[in-house]
Amino acid sequence: MRSRLEVLAPGPLSTVQDLGRFGHNAWGVTTSGAADRGSLRLANRLVGNPEEAACLEVTLGGLRVRAHGDLEVATTGARCPVRVDGIEVGHNAPIRLPDGAVLELETPAAGLRTYLAVRGGIDVPTVLRSRSTDTLAGLGPAVPQAGDRLPVGTAPRTFGEVDLAPRFDPDGREVTLRVRLGPRDDWFTAESRARLTSTAWTVTADSNRVGLRLDGPALQRAREGELPTEGMASGALQVPPSGRPVLFLADHPVTGGYPVIAVVLAADLDLAGQLRPGQRVHFRDTTASA
Amino acid sequence: MRLLPFGDSGVLVEVDDLDAVLGLHAAVEAAPPAGVIDLVAAARTLLVRIDPERTSTSIVAEALRTLRPLPPEAGRAEEVEVPVVYDGDDLEAVGAATGLGPGGVVEAHTGQVWTVAFAGFAPGFGYLVGEDARLQVARRSDPRTRVPAGAVGLAGRYSGVYPTASPGGWQLIGRTDLPVWDQDRDPPALLRPGVRVRFVAAR
Repeated sequence: MRSRLEVLAPGPLSTVQDLGRFGHNAWGVTTSGAADRGSLRLANRLVGNPEEAACLEVTLGGLRVRAHGDLEVATTGARCPVRVDGIEVGHNAPIRLPDGAVLELETPAAGLRTYLAVRGGIDVPTVLRSRSTDTLAGLGPAVPQAGDRLPVGTAPRTFGEVDLAPRFDPDGREVTLRVRLGPRDDWFTAESRARLTSTAWTVTADSNRVGLRLDGPALQRAREGELPTEGMASGALQVPPSGRPVLFLADHPVTGGYPVIAVVLAADLDLAGQLRPGQRVHFRDTTASA
Repeated sequence: MRLLPFGDSGVLVEVDDLDAVLGLHAAVEAAPPAGVIDLVAAARTLLVRIDPERTSTSIVAEALRTLRPLPPEAGRAEEVEVPVVYDGDDLEAVGAATGLGPGGVVEAHTGQVWTVAFAGFAPGFGYLVGEDARLQVARRSDPRTRVPAGAVGLAGRYSGVYPTASPGGWQLIGRTDLPVWDQDRDPPALLRPGVRVRFVAAR
């Protein structure tokens, strides 16, 4: 009989994610996938999966699951106290989850998203070659609810080569993300361009997988008029008429009509995916070293 | 052609008009530089997204500069006929705003060939550009919270078909039964960039 992971409680939001869907932007389909890709990859390596296998992305802990069949799992990303049948177990390390055992994630002290990998991967059907749930478009597997039994795939022939991965935990204090100005920095006043990198922006409560909404002094435009709709990508800092930037994450719309003042470097996107409401974020301009 | 930076993971190419975008899109798609992972065509731009671990924006920018655009028709002359029942809730208002009257709106909508410029907003939502500006209208000032799948609308210089039920601010002039998005079909999107569309009045 095939193994399954039964969701007893999903917490505030748990979704199935892999590394996303590529090559479909032209149809209006965004990449989606894990908001912290490095943590998803690590979780898969710990249980011997291919790096791109589907995991559960757990937002602010609160997940409880029961094993049907003997499973091996690992958690990465935001560090939650993790318990198996009430006994605390390790983070960033493979965990045995015997048939019937219950794994529970409490709320993380810092960071937002915890990844739960299971050896064999979460084997829900693919949509456009990916198992990621695009929360904006409603594409991909449904958001798991209490009572759902998620199928687990066949265990790979390989085993994990790491027993414990020393890794920096997401930081709960001020985080600095590197940016390059453009493509539309010339739509803003020189003062506002400077303000982007001199402000400690606050992540607001209406942030989600689509983007981080940032609160701070409004960025002023240097020109009037409408920008023709253009392509967007993760990391884009789009500035709507309110002047408060939105930092696009995995489920961002493929196109947008407001100017992008700067784009966060790809290597810093995983940090952005772990920022939680109330946290402060700085942007450091690396345009000159590009 | 103007190349604008998009972090370390993209190059935004700005050109003069939609035809230039389609020609550039066709050329990059036919021979993508190594490390290009996705393309987003839009009204006057093509966003070339790259994997910064496999290439760099400067290498890709150099390749784009030497690229010769293909004629947009090359290999993309596909035509789709979309049957529309013209009974949209905004048909009267569009008729008044354009001075064409409801009948004139239907005539203008069916009487020209539309081209899918790009897709966005939702999977399978194509932005269609016509041959003239007779049907140019503003978005509704009061967007609807729910627009049904298949609704045919107008906004700015574009026409479009809602692929799935969603909120929406376009002026609705009719509806079609033709599924423009079906995730189990290959390709799932009917209205892909470059496809020519002719609307026909159905009963």
